[in-house]
Amino acid sequence: MSKFKKKKGGDVPAISTASLPDIVFMLLFFFMVATVMKDNDLKIQNSLPKADQVTKLEKKDRVMFIFAGKPHEKYRSQYGEGARIQLNDRLSDVSEIRNFVLAERAARPPELENVLTTSLKVDKEVKMGLVTEIKQELRKVEALKINYTTNQGKVTN
Amino acid sequence: MARKNRAGAPEVNAGSMADIAFLLLIFFLVTTTIQTDQGINRKLPPIEDVIDPPEIKEKNIFTVLINKNDQLLVDDRPMDLNDLRQAAIDFLDNGGDGTCAYCKGARDVTSSDNPDKAVISLQNDAETSYEAYISVQNELVAAYYFLRDRECMAKYGKTFRELEAMFDDPKTRDAQREKIEPLIKDIQALFPQKLSEAEPKRN
Repeated sequence: MSKFKKKKGGDVPAISTASLPDIVFMLLFFFMVATVMKDNDLKIQNSLPKADQVTKLEKKDRVMFIFAGKPHEKYRSQYGEGARIQLNDRLSDVSEIRNFVLAERAARPPELENVLTTSLKVDKEVKMGLVTEIKQELRKVEALKINYTTNQGKVTN
Repeated sequence: MARKNRAGAPEVNAGSMADIAFLLLIFFLVTTTIQTDQGINRKLPPIEDVIDPPEIKEKNIFTVLINKNDQLLVDDRPMDLNDLRQAAIDFLDNGGDGTCAYCKGARDVTSSDNPDKAVISLQNDAETSYEAYISVQNELVAAYYFLRDRECMAKYGKTFRELEAMFDDPKTRDAQREKIEPLIKDIQALFPQKLSEAEPKRN
C-alpha cells in the first residue's frame, strides 16, 4: 500500500484523453461495418432489372414487398431450382399472397388501406408466367397499386 | 511533465482529436441517405366481367408483342427495343382525325385517331423474361412522359415530371399542392395512359 502513497499533495493528475478518439473511431467503424440497410433476409436471388422512367417509392409505411426469384444455392436442395416468391422471410406459394396482403392490410392503420402499394421486387431472369400469377392474385384481393421496383439505369444502348 | 524526456519531441495535445472524430461521425450520419426504392408505378385493372367490351378500331391499337425469346413484334412488324419509344410516340401523337389540336404527329389516317382513343396493348408470353418486360414497360412509359413533358412545357413552362415531383415533395405546402393538382390532371387528360395488358399466352 505504501507504494501508492508516495505522492502526497498536489492536484489529481489529469486523465489522459488521448485514447478517446481511438474509442470513438472504433465505435464508428463497428457501426459502419455492422449496419445492414436491409429489412429482411432474402432466400432468393434478387437482381432487379434496370429502368430509367422511375418514380421514387417514399413512405415505407405504405409499401409491402413481394420478392421473386430463384432460390439461393444453399436453399436449392430444399426448394428446387424453379423461381419462387418470398413473402416476409419465407418462401411461399403464389396462393399465399392473399393471406399475406390481408395480414399486411390489417397491420396498418385503416386510412392507409387504399394507398397501400405493393412493390414487386422480381429478379430479372424470372419468367413472366410467375409475374402474371402474382398480378392475378393481387387483382383478386384488390391490391391494385403496384410498383415494379427496379434499379436506376439505361434500358437501351 | 515535458521536462522529463528532454530529448523527445514535445507531446502533442490530442484532446481535440475526439471532437474531430465526433464531427466526422456526425457528418456521415447526416449525409448518409438510405437508398429509397424506385420503380415503375402501375395500376392493375380490377377483376370484373366486361359484358360487351368497347369497340376499338384496329388502327387505334398499338400492339406490342414480346415472344419467349424476348423479341418484339410491334403492329405485326419485328422491331428493335431502341426504336420502340419513337414508334410509340409517333403512334400516340398522330392525331389522324384532326380533333387533336396539340398533336404534332404525321396525321396519318391509317394510324391512331387521337391520343384519347389510342390504346397500347402489351402482350407477353409466359416464357418472356421479366427484364425484357420491364424494358418494354419503361420505353412505353417514357413515350407517355415525353409527350406529357412537351405539352406541359408549352402550357405551363415546366415539365410534367417537375410538376409531379413538386406535388409529391413533402416540403410543398398544401396551398401550392392544390394549385398544381389541376395542372397535372389537365396534362394527364391530354395524353391519358391507356396501356392494356392482355393475359399471357400459354403454349
